[in-house]
Amino acid sequence: MKFSVVVEVSLRTGIADPEGATIERALPALGFEGISSVRAGKSFRLNVEANSETEALERAIALADRLLSNPVIEQSTARIEATA
Amino acid sequence: MTTRVGVVVFPGSNCEYDAAAAVTAVGAHSEFVWHTATSLDGLDAVILPGGFAHGDYLRPGALARFSPVMTAVAEFAAAGGSVLGICNGFQVLTEAGLLPGALQKNRGLTFLCQPSQLEVVTSNSILTSRATVGAKLSIPINHFSGSYTCDDATYERLVANDQIVLRYVENPNGSRDAIAGVSNEAGNVVGLMPHPERAMAALLGSSDGRVLLESFVAGKLATR
Repeated sequence: MKFSVVVEVSLRTGIADPEGATIERALPALGFEGISSVRAGKSFRLNVEANSETEALERAIALADRLLSNPVIEQSTARIEATA
Repeated sequence: MTTRVGVVVFPGSNCEYDAAAAVTAVGAHSEFVWHTATSLDGLDAVILPGGFAHGDYLRPGALARFSPVMTAVAEFAAAGGSVLGICNGFQVLTEAGLLPGALQKNRGLTFLCQPSQLEVVTSNSILTSRATVGAKLSIPINHFSGSYTCDDATYERLVANDQIVLRYVENPNGSRDAIAGVSNEAGNVVGLMPHPERAMAALLGSSDGRVLLESFVAGKLATR
């Protein structure tokens, strides 16, 4: 079976996020008030061949830890979007 | 015998000719090593030059670390061989886990291309064995992702083991503790964001990179 998996990669808590901070600083000038704690990250959408959702997620997380994220500064999460 | 230095060329490297010229300028022999090479036999030292290996897609160094040559570089380093990563080469070495920490986007989110003043923090590395601790060197930087980052435990180990090699006198990019270059625990693998190979002639602005390249090709390291 093929599962559509979304992997999100974001900076670990405590690691400075200059992109998120810059976006947040720009918001008031555009009229967006009351928005805080902006963090920037990346998302990846992949189709994973697997026998179950659990297996698909395990494979996606393994891939995220090895390539899609740098575990020194980033963390990743995976979720099933749909059966492809 | 003349030191033989391999300069690794990834698709997207762009400082390999400068690195090779710098090696030659300090009396060593240089040769290019394509990223698909699986052996570094016959070489005394290896440089990973600056550039945008594999286009810097995903993250700088993220794809380059899987190039076949990196397995050979890891073995070479483990056997005590001298390995130097300059700029993108530094990013590749951190992604490969051969150096601690990571390089993040510059704090100001601007690409920085300017002279920088560096302070030599230790002479206990393959890059600074002939430099004077406390000496100030003028060496240019040229990067977007040069903000050195590591967690507290790693930072404490860097300090305790004398692995901080160079610091910026004025921190240009938000690097932790103004770190510009670090070594591995043994001191035979060093990475730095500034470009010593572009500071080899006073006529072109600075010759302060010479002492670093001279140290590197000399290859001798006091036991740590």
